[in-house]
This record gives sequence, C-alpha cells and structure tokens, in this order.
Amino acid sequence: MYIYDSIDRTLVAERVAEFRDQVARRLSGELTEDEFKPLRLMNGVYLQLHAYMLRIANPYGTLSSEQLRRLAHVARHYDRGYGHFTTRQNIQFHWIKLEQLPDAMADLADAGMHGMQTSGNNVRNITTDQWAGVAPDEIEDPRIWAEIIRQHVTLHPEFSFMPRKFKICVGTASHDRAALRIHDLALRLHRNAAGEAGFEVMVGGGLGRTPYLAQTIRPFLKKRDLLSYVEAVLRTYNQFGRRDNIWKARIKILVHDLGAAAFAKDVEAEWQSIKDGPLALDAATVAEIASRFVYPDYEALEDGPPALAAARRADSRFDRWVNNAVANHKKPGYAIVTLSLKPEGGTPGDCTAVQMDAIADLADRYSFSEIRIGHEQNLALPHVAQRDLPAVWRALDALGLATPNIGLVSDIISCPGLDYCSLANARSIPIAQEITRRFHDLDRQRELGRLHINISGCINACGHHHVGHIGILGVEKNGEEFYQITLGGKADDNAELGTLIGPAVPYAKVADVVEDIADTYVALRTGPDELFIDTLARTGIEPFRERVYAAR
Amino acid sequence: MPLVENGRIVEDRYVRVAADGAIAERVPVIVPAQRFLAEADTLIRRDGSLGVDWPNDRRVAELAPWLGHLALIALNFPKFKDGRAYSQARLLRETYGFSGMLRATGDVLRDQFHFLVRAGFDSFEVKKPADAAVFAEVLARYSVYYQPGADGRAPALRRRLQGGAAPKVRERV
Repeated sequence: MYIYDSIDRTLVAERVAEFRDQVARRLSGELTEDEFKPLRLMNGVYLQLHAYMLRIANPYGTLSSEQLRRLAHVARHYDRGYGHFTTRQNIQFHWIKLEQLPDAMADLADAGMHGMQTSGNNVRNITTDQWAGVAPDEIEDPRIWAEIIRQHVTLHPEFSFMPRKFKICVGTASHDRAALRIHDLALRLHRNAAGEAGFEVMVGGGLGRTPYLAQTIRPFLKKRDLLSYVEAVLRTYNQFGRRDNIWKARIKILVHDLGAAAFAKDVEAEWQSIKDGPLALDAATVAEIASRFVYPDYEALEDGPPALAAARRADSRFDRWVNNAVANHKKPGYAIVTLSLKPEGGTPGDCTAVQMDAIADLADRYSFSEIRIGHEQNLALPHVAQRDLPAVWRALDALGLATPNIGLVSDIISCPGLDYCSLANARSIPIAQEITRRFHDLDRQRELGRLHINISGCINACGHHHVGHIGILGVEKNGEEFYQITLGGKADDNAELGTLIGPAVPYAKVADVVEDIADTYVALRTGPDELFIDTLARTGIEPFRERVYAAR
Repeated sequence: MPLVENGRIVEDRYVRVAADGAIAERVPVIVPAQRFLAEADTLIRRDGSLGVDWPNDRRVAELAPWLGHLALIALNFPKFKDGRAYSQARLLRETYGFSGMLRATGDVLRDQFHFLVRAGFDSFEVKKPADAAVFAEVLARYSVYYQPGADGRAPALRRRLQGGAAPKVRERV
C-alpha cells in the first residue's frame, strides 16, 4: 500500500473544497450546465440516463480495508447500497445526487480517495497488474513507477485539456495481466542484455471506433528518464493531436496518421530538450516514493500445508474453487485469492455495501488489510496464507463471492450499457446475465476451459469487446438492439483484435449464438487441453461463422 | 473583458493592431502573427513595446529568433477545452527562456487560473468580470503541487526530499 502523507492529503482536501464551490455555483445558476460539465468531468462526475454517476480512482487497483469500508459507506449513504467495479480498476456509483456529491467526496477524501481525472481529457487512473507486488513473475513492483507517474500527472498544468482522454498502463511481469497494448501509453519494464531494467515504451493503443494496438517507439528507456519521456509524449500529443473530430482525437490516430517512426522522432526531439532537467529521476526520489509503500510482514511459511491438502480432499466444492480462484504468490505459504463478482444472473463488477464491509473484514483478518481490483472486474485478496484458504473460502462462499468461474465463460467483462449509460446504443448487463444462466452448469464451464467474453453497449468499447475471445458489441438498428459478434480477440502478451464473424444478431439471439460458438469449439478441438482461443487460431473463424449463420 | 496582472484587474496598456492597420510610435502594440513574421525586421526597430498574437496551431519555435525583442506574447484558448497554449507557454518559458509577458486570451475562465499560472502565464484576459474579481482567491485554492512547472513552485517530491516542508492538513470545509 502507498501511504498518503500530508501533501497528498492536502491536495485531495483542496480539490474537494474547490469542487464544493463549483457545485454551489452550478446549483445557484451562476454556472450553466455547459460550463459546469468540464469541471464535474475532471472530478469523475458524469450525467447518465437517470442520475449523476461518480467514478472513484483506485490507483493501480490497490485498496486498503479502510478504503473499501469507506466505499461501502458511500454506497449506503449516497447511493443505493452498491457500487460497480470497472475495467479501469475504478469503482463507480450510479445514483448520486448532485447536491450530495461534495459530501460524498469529502468522505472519500478522508480515506485518501478521490474522483480526480477519472473523466475528462486528461491522464486517467494509472493501471497495472492487479497482482503487483505479489506475482511470482514480476521483476519489480510496478506500483512504485505507477505512483511516480500518478503524482506527476495529477492536476498537471499542461495536460489537463488534451485532445482526448489518455490512459497509461505499467507492467513489470513476464505475463501481461494488465492489457498493456490497448493503452494510449504502455510502459513495460524488462531487462536488457546487460541485465539492466528499463521500459519498453508503446504508444497509440486503444479500442473504441478505431481499434489499434500500441506500437513500440522505444525498446529500452532508462528508469531515470521515465517522467521526462512521458512528458515528451504528452506534450507532442497535446500540441499535435486532432481536436476537430472527437472520434479522431485519441493519440492512436495521431500515431497512425504520422506513422510510429515519425511520431517517435517528434517525441525524441522534445525529450532531448528536457531529459536532463528537473524531471530526471534520481535514486533518492525513487527511494522516497518507494519508502511510502508499506509491505506485509509475512510469516515464514511453507508451501502446501498438509491441512490444506486434507481440506481439498474432504470437500470437492472447495477443491474446485482452489483450482479456479487461487493463484501462486511470490512468498512461500501464501496465495492470491480472486473474488468473483460474476455470480450467475448478476451484474458483472457489482458489489454491495454488505459485501464490501465483509471483504474489508476478511482482508483485515487474512490479507494484511489489502484488496486489489482487477480490470476483469473481479477483486482479489493478495496475501492469504495457504492454511487460511478453507476459512476464507467458507466466508466468501457465504457472501456469494466464491463462484469458481474465474477465467471461464461466465466471468464476463461488461460495461453498464443502456441500463445506465447515456452513450450506449444497447443493453449489456442483461446479455451478460442471460449468458451466465445458459452456462449455469459449472461442469460445463470447466469443460469449456478458459474463454473470455467481453460486452460493450456501444462503439466506445468500455467492455473491451475487441479483445474478448468472444466480443459482443451492441448497436442500434431502426430503434432495435442488435449485437455484432467478434472472435479471437486477446489482451495478453500476444494481444490481438477480434474479427467480426458476420451480420449483427438481435438481442434475443445473442445467448444462442454464444452457445453455438461454444458447441462448435467443443466439436472442433483436438482435445480438452486445446483452449478455445487455440482452436480458433488453428481453424480460423469460418467453421464458427458457418454454424452461427446456418441456423438463422 | 477585464485584464488581470499581478493578481489585480488593470488597464490594458497594449493596443491591438490589425493585419493592415497603422502602427503608432511609442505605443505598446500587439501585432497578429502573420504580420509580425512579415515585418519583424522593421517592427523590432520601432520605439515602443512589441507584442505578438500567436495562434495555438503554430509552432512557437518560429518565434525563437525574435524572443529578445518581444515584450509580450498573447496565446489563445479558442475554447476552454482546447489546451494547446499550455504547451506553447511552457515551451516559451522553459525551453526558449522567454522572460517577457505571456498573456492568456480567449475562453479564459476561473477554473483555468492555476493551470495558467503554473504553465508560465502572467497576464490574463478573463472572459467574465466575476471570475476576474476572484482571481487571487481562486489561486489560493491550492497550496501543493506534484510536478514542477514554469512558475518555479517546489513540487511535492522536492519538498519531501527537503523534509518537513509539507503544510498542515486543512480542516474539512
């Protein structure tokens, strides 16, 4: 956990005071809605179909138990008793009243949370691997670097009114769990031939109407140059990104139009003039930020305690859950536990205030008071002793948070869609709910193996449908909801965008189509070990297309 | 449109001249960019402060040869949301070392003030009189900054390394 000092606390408190003044001016009529809009957006306040929505930043997806309890409090007192975790490792509340927003923000600020830059044309919440600091395959804790960037870009005087939003992701592990290449700027820490760690810099990724994967503009950037290089990228984009058309304003369009090499040349020229200035990171600066991360005081334990093996033999439900939801930890005797926010018939990513409080209690008891948010819209307890897994499972099971479907067909990533969002063309949540009902048989899900479904209710692609193994995109045709289906998207180390399989299908047929695709896969695969995505790579989409459209 | 300098509303000493209008001697003037570039050699020998009105889609590098002769550069915010001139201001201050006045013009509202100051502006054509009246008050909203800017304020990282420089946490308001 990064621990706020008085500077961090002061800034957030000053921001709340400023927002309180802005809301008062809006309520008095001094500000028109048009004038208020960019101000509220810079604080994560959207106007949705039914109410204002407040989005809270959870930098790099880390929460303390105290913060989660505070989120539960906000859900209870200012909303309808629940919150929605998003693909940006944020949480949003959908039913907030404008006049209560400043109080809600003040309550959040007390626990070191805010909505700054969760909206607007600025640098958004910095994301990273949700297993940061505990993953066995990382070379360093990415949160140190994410925090250095977070501070630098918070209320940045130059980059608060860019052409469009800007998303940065930091990865330091050999497996990409953070979907690096769908970001405007992705920084991947790796070692060069000499063994020195530095960043691969990738720019111009993004989904939406024109999806692109980020391209490498610098294979190796020294750590000392991280901030100056980020500044040079942002400065180049701020000056030369398109502002005449909102659909062409993201950095991906600039990079694509100029070509990555020409864009890199502009960035390098700018960088040369600032790299040895005040943004050069010295060891003392990095150490100062790192020193305010507090790490658990782990016990010396051994992997695979006998009691765990006995519990797994004694209870097949527990055993299935361990196989599905528990991952290896870098410390012997510990484990990373993923909490499924995808129960059958539920809204992906939703969590009630009662669940939040209970998870906070479990984190205090079993996970050094820490919780993580993953971009797949699930939570994790990152430091659970393996001997405690049976107790943690029983508690999670009672809370409805132990569905053993992590990475399976019902672990669906979905945007809020037309049930909440004023941008949406079609509903997302009921599609997800229907699919989870069709696949309610856990044996069938396990049989299907790893299979990612992503649903977006409009072309803005908040549900990342382009990188779902099965992507579902809601569109509107003559006032009716239709859905385009793509296959073969991936957001991992070998990221790829999915391919459209044919004409859009009506709302009532989407779950049938998903079942057809699943059945086709089972019929085609060489054996249970061949994953859906691998079968698809081998056969291409044609047999899937045939099956889906033959019937209709 | 009130002009704010040094935290106060002041009279504008400068006269804006048109692309083809006459330029009086010994009067501070702001000349449109194209005219400035066409007549720079003459303009810099004229008696009287010289300013240029520079659009936000033109590289400020073009001004580099003339910066020593310019007393003022006006940068433009055609819309509140169009933030290109923040980069122009920082480049002029930090890369090219421009020490004359940087004036923000256009859609300049109170909620930009602290960004503008931190980007290096020191003259502000404020759109609404009510915003101009609270300029100093609005600037006092923030006492801490995470990043270095063109205004020389110490960013959080430096304050932390120097130790003990953090202000007390304010009471909830």
